[in-house]
Amino acid sequence: MPRADFQVVIGLEVHAQLLTTSKLFSGAGTSFGGAPNAHTSIVCLGLPGVLPVLNQRAVELAIRTGHALECTVAERSEWSRKHYFYPDLPKGYQITQYEFPICVGGRVVFDGPDGEKSVRLTRIHMEEDAGKLVHESAASLVDLNRAGTPLLEIVSEPDLRTADDAVEYLKALRDILVWIGVNDGNLEEGSFRCDANVSVMRHGSTTFGTRCELKNLNSFRFIKQAIEIEATRQVEIIEAGGKVEQETRLFDPQRGETRSMRSKEDAHDYRYFPDPDLPPLLLTPERIERSRKELPELPRARRKRYVDALGLPAYDAGVLTSDRAMSDLFERCVAEAGEAKPVSNWFMGELSRLLNETKTNTADVKFSPVQFAALLKAIKDGVVSGPGAKEVFAELFATGKDPSLIIQEKGLAQVNDDGPLLEAIAQAMAEAPKNVESYRGGNTKIIGAFVGAVMKKLGGKGNPKRINELLTEKLKA
Amino acid sequence: MKTIVEIGAGLAEKKTSAVEVATAALASAKEDTFSAFLAIDEAGAMAAAKASDERRARGAALGPLDGVPVALKDNILTEGVVTTAGSKMLADFTPPYDATVTARLKAAGAVIIGKTNLDEFGMGSSTVNSAFKPTKNPFDPSRTPGGSSGGSAAAVAAGIVGGALGTDTGGSIRQPASFTGLVGLKPTYGRVSRAGVIAYASSLDQVGPMAHTVEDAALLLEAIEGFDANDSTSSDAKKTVWRDALRSGVKGLRIGLPREYFVDGMDAEVDSSVRAAAKRLEALGASVVDISLPHTKYALATYYVIAPCEASSNLGRYDGVRYGHRAADAKALKELYEKSRSEGFGPEVKRRIMLGTFALSSGYYDAYYRKAQQVRTLITRDFEQAFQSVDIVLSATSPVLPWRLDEKLDDPLAMYLMDVLTLPCSLAGLPGLSMPSGVSASGLPIGVQLLGRRFDEATLLRTAFALEKH
Repeated sequence: MPRADFQVVIGLEVHAQLLTTSKLFSGAGTSFGGAPNAHTSIVCLGLPGVLPVLNQRAVELAIRTGHALECTVAERSEWSRKHYFYPDLPKGYQITQYEFPICVGGRVVFDGPDGEKSVRLTRIHMEEDAGKLVHESAASLVDLNRAGTPLLEIVSEPDLRTADDAVEYLKALRDILVWIGVNDGNLEEGSFRCDANVSVMRHGSTTFGTRCELKNLNSFRFIKQAIEIEATRQVEIIEAGGKVEQETRLFDPQRGETRSMRSKEDAHDYRYFPDPDLPPLLLTPERIERSRKELPELPRARRKRYVDALGLPAYDAGVLTSDRAMSDLFERCVAEAGEAKPVSNWFMGELSRLLNETKTNTADVKFSPVQFAALLKAIKDGVVSGPGAKEVFAELFATGKDPSLIIQEKGLAQVNDDGPLLEAIAQAMAEAPKNVESYRGGNTKIIGAFVGAVMKKLGGKGNPKRINELLTEKLKA
Repeated sequence: MKTIVEIGAGLAEKKTSAVEVATAALASAKEDTFSAFLAIDEAGAMAAAKASDERRARGAALGPLDGVPVALKDNILTEGVVTTAGSKMLADFTPPYDATVTARLKAAGAVIIGKTNLDEFGMGSSTVNSAFKPTKNPFDPSRTPGGSSGGSAAAVAAGIVGGALGTDTGGSIRQPASFTGLVGLKPTYGRVSRAGVIAYASSLDQVGPMAHTVEDAALLLEAIEGFDANDSTSSDAKKTVWRDALRSGVKGLRIGLPREYFVDGMDAEVDSSVRAAAKRLEALGASVVDISLPHTKYALATYYVIAPCEASSNLGRYDGVRYGHRAADAKALKELYEKSRSEGFGPEVKRRIMLGTFALSSGYYDAYYRKAQQVRTLITRDFEQAFQSVDIVLSATSPVLPWRLDEKLDDPLAMYLMDVLTLPCSLAGLPGLSMPSGVSASGLPIGVQLLGRRFDEATLLRTAFALEKH
């Protein structure tokens, strides 16, 4: 294993599309798909005379992200132009933040296989996305639907040491971004993209090796593969006495290799300079603080609270916080019901099952927390039996009718009165005199058969606890 | 040759109609003795004139510009009317939208006769750098009308239109106004929207009026100025009724004569014209003092770093892919770019793109662009300092009289030096106005330049108004 002597060093650059309805500097829409060039305007086409006007919603989302990732949100940041010629870039430059980004520092904390890890962030800046080219045999076609879509570029320090950690970091980062509503976390559609800077050094070394930037990593699996393949390539070069060249490399998942896209010498000179069309972005301390106060509780904190304060098992806490809408609904139901574990059981069991089966989004469930709490109370009060409650819940989920109404309509009310219970018991005992004798002879286990028979006579609606009590009494007599 | 006020009076008194005025303007625009026009919008102008007459007949005339024929420099977009920026690159470009200033002029009832010639993308001071034709000075057709707004200057000076819009990046309104005996105002940076104006150097470009009189210029400014949500650098400074501010005189105003603006090689008649203007203002009750703007000598170098840097970036979009000139026989992407841009741009534009690209390159940025921005701050501070003790700075607009069209063509540096008195104002973002201050022995117009505090066009206009009347 050539890798044993070497330490891999990884830094990640994530491009996350902000969930705004319009572009960063124009009113054109941002939805994915659509006919080529349908989501464009004179601004994103780069017509003569057009000027950028900043989308304040995108700024809000960037500030929120800064708070969620514990960054310092800058009161003054600046827009720069990054120049290169390519048909996906209509103006000949991309508007981005260069010298003065909106967020500085920060970190992402995640739970790796060997415990909690913290990766430092260098910066987060805002920029506009480019369009894309569609290459056909006779020509290349330009689709500018994506051009101008707001992006956050989240740059980590080279703190990661394994491909697995890199993936865990990305998952944690994605979970946070999705949780706070700034990104949809979709790798395939490219709304959450990652480039990896990978280098290797001998264990114990204090200086990093020469790094290569890996592109085209559009799934977590590819990211892990690409990093490992690239690290092995670099180690082999060094062990063969060679030197790693700084370059940008493309990951080819089909061939399972990375290959050179462009060397450092070919690197563009982007000729950055402050965009004279846009004044510096000034944020008042009040605006920054307001956003901090509005930041929702983040998934890690919430998981911890579920365990520490609500007394839920870590497993429950993990499942419940895997989705913001699920967790928020859970919170509201717990608040109504006044207890957590029964709510958790229903959420992890029946609710998850029904959501999956009906392909429903948690946000679209029809029942209210008040109704859900009413169902739990009905169970507790013996109004409905366990099996009956499942039926009620299924109907509640499907229709959003009040549980009491469902119980009434479906005749699911539990029989709690001694009268009908005793009648059924008397019949059951009369029908099985041998079993009565057997019980009285000491075979008390046979009571189960009586409970079943009684329950059958009551159509499954008898209160099992009371049936047990009454049966025991009668059988002993 | 009629002023906007005179045309407006004729319309108001029903001595003439907007259709009659437009018909006459279109006829002389088509004749175009001085090669002022690149496009004439006969259909649009006639429709606007008719609409104006109908409004007036209903008693619903819009204001002082309603029915008045105007022209726009051809780097100001006009929906449906070809807008070229004086470049082969955009020879066939028909904009799908109006510039904000175009829309505002239309909303004020002005009748847009056509689009006027300019140095390609505004780069030049003679209109000779137009890809299509040089414009001639109506005072002497063998001479330049100045530039880059030379077409607008000639169209107004020749009496074809009542007024026109130009754009000024380093003097492109003021110098041609000076060369053609007009009033030309470059407003404070941010007062007028740049939306829909083809960018040359974004931190310097401003649209402004060119007209026969100070009052006409004020009326045009009133129509086009004010905040625009489509331009993030446009200011929300309050709109002003400029005409009301004109007549309060100059008594008590302090006028500064910057010694650095009396440059070597300055024409003697221009020099004495400036001093005479100062005397006249003094006679009207202003006080005149000598001042110093010590960083003036760096303005030229500063401008010719910043403007080309921004131009090299702004002109990157002309790549032959989506619109504009596209090389016919390119076989690969790089070739498409190289050929389209080589064929589409003229020599002066290429020169400035190369200058700017070089100055922004990695390793040179600090030495050129960043240094230039620092000097720009010093130049701005010079003015801030000066405006603590004076209200107006007075100088010549151009150190020389309009030169012959066949002169100076092959020496770009000598051409750049002609802008030396107008550049500092642009770098500092101040309002600057050029107005006639006499005629040379050879019969050529001489202009003086007034500079004011940021957003203090009021003082600028009333000083100019007083000087104009005496």
